[in-house]
Amino acid sequence: MRNLFLLLWKYNFFILFLLLETFCGYLIFQNNNFHRSSFVNSTNALSTRINSFVNNITDYIDLRSTNEALSRENAALKMLLPDVFYIDSALQKINKDTVLKQQYSFIAAKVINNTINRRNNYLTLDKGLLLGVKPEMGVICGEGIVGIVKDVSDHYCSVMSFLHKDSRITARMKKNNFIGSLVWDGYDETHASLKDIAKHVVVIKGDTIITSSYSSIFPEGVMLGIVDEVSSSGGNNFQDIRIKLSTSFGKLSYVYIVNNLLKDEQRALEEPLKNDR
Amino acid sequence: MIVKILKELFRFIFIIGIQVLFLNHIQWNGYVNPYVYVLFVLLLPVEIPNLILLLIALLTGLTIDMFGNSGGIHAAATVFMAFLRPGVLKLIAPRDGYETEARLSPQVMGFTWFLSYLFIMVFIHHLLYFYLEVFRLSEFFITFFKSFINSLITITIIVLGEYLFGQSKGNERFIK
Repeated sequence: MRNLFLLLWKYNFFILFLLLETFCGYLIFQNNNFHRSSFVNSTNALSTRINSFVNNITDYIDLRSTNEALSRENAALKMLLPDVFYIDSALQKINKDTVLKQQYSFIAAKVINNTINRRNNYLTLDKGLLLGVKPEMGVICGEGIVGIVKDVSDHYCSVMSFLHKDSRITARMKKNNFIGSLVWDGYDETHASLKDIAKHVVVIKGDTIITSSYSSIFPEGVMLGIVDEVSSSGGNNFQDIRIKLSTSFGKLSYVYIVNNLLKDEQRALEEPLKNDR
Repeated sequence: MIVKILKELFRFIFIIGIQVLFLNHIQWNGYVNPYVYVLFVLLLPVEIPNLILLLIALLTGLTIDMFGNSGGIHAAATVFMAFLRPGVLKLIAPRDGYETEARLSPQVMGFTWFLSYLFIMVFIHHLLYFYLEVFRLSEFFITFFKSFINSLITITIIVLGEYLFGQSKGNERFIK
């Protein structure tokens, strides 16, 4: 026993090193695991305070382009108001609430920290548990999708950006409804690649890609991007499609957190089927 | 002793501040993200006990992780770098060994010594950090390129900082 302790003491440097690296490895593993919240994240009091301080300054610089984007979005929304339509029929149909059950509600949030230059990027938003934000809610903005909520504290939440190695979004071609999946390959924050579109599907530059109805996180039909480049390489049955993302991740300042009110119901229904796959 | 510890603490806040307030917010090109905070661990006194060195490295890494949502990747890379530090210091030691309480700066140790010390340590740290961040082999070469470019940028910033803050007597306490 005494020899054992002597041995441990002799290599104490190496052993402490191994212990600390194991601890770090545990932290990394836990951070990668989506269903468990991570210890070390940017929703704690100190880092959010400092990040919002920096954000207050940088926000001011981007004010002009943010205003432009918001007014563009306002204009688009105004076109949906009933006032802009001329009613040319005497018959009016009124939808009662029993017909239209609300499925999505949106929480507006401000981005207080955002990165785009890592392989795995995260955002921090200024809305949290007290306003009903929960992990695995989707985040979108006026231009397109942003990411998925990961950790939540009382007043803040951190969001796994779409610019992340693990993000994978089911996408649909608007013109012919073929389904593929959109992943970020890490080169450039304005482009992503669309996988799993078979070679017989006709895809041309300029085609629109939107979210599919398969996801319980994002509403259907949110803009993802447009096709920028199509090529096919030998060896597999799929095309290589580069997508120009509609969201400009470098300029995000106001976003919406998507609350799917029927998500739990859908999940509960699908849960028993998971083992069959 | 107390004064020394306070000085190190001040240096810690200063360097972490630069990293978190400025360098983390460079959003240019998708390739540039230098991690200058490693300088804090690199410039700790030569005679610091090994075990304390490792613990300080862990703390530094975790602080940066807290601001960047990177889990424990910075901590892992920094601890590994700190583990290699005594060995590297021995490897590139000057002929007469280190003087007691020697400052590890280009003015004291010589520019070539300082540059080779920086290059070995920063490159090891960045290599480990970027590979842990990507964590797959399919992006092997692009990751290698990224860690190399960022090491050069980090080293350039550190050397410029050393000459800006380190030389005049009044600013000596900023970067020891």
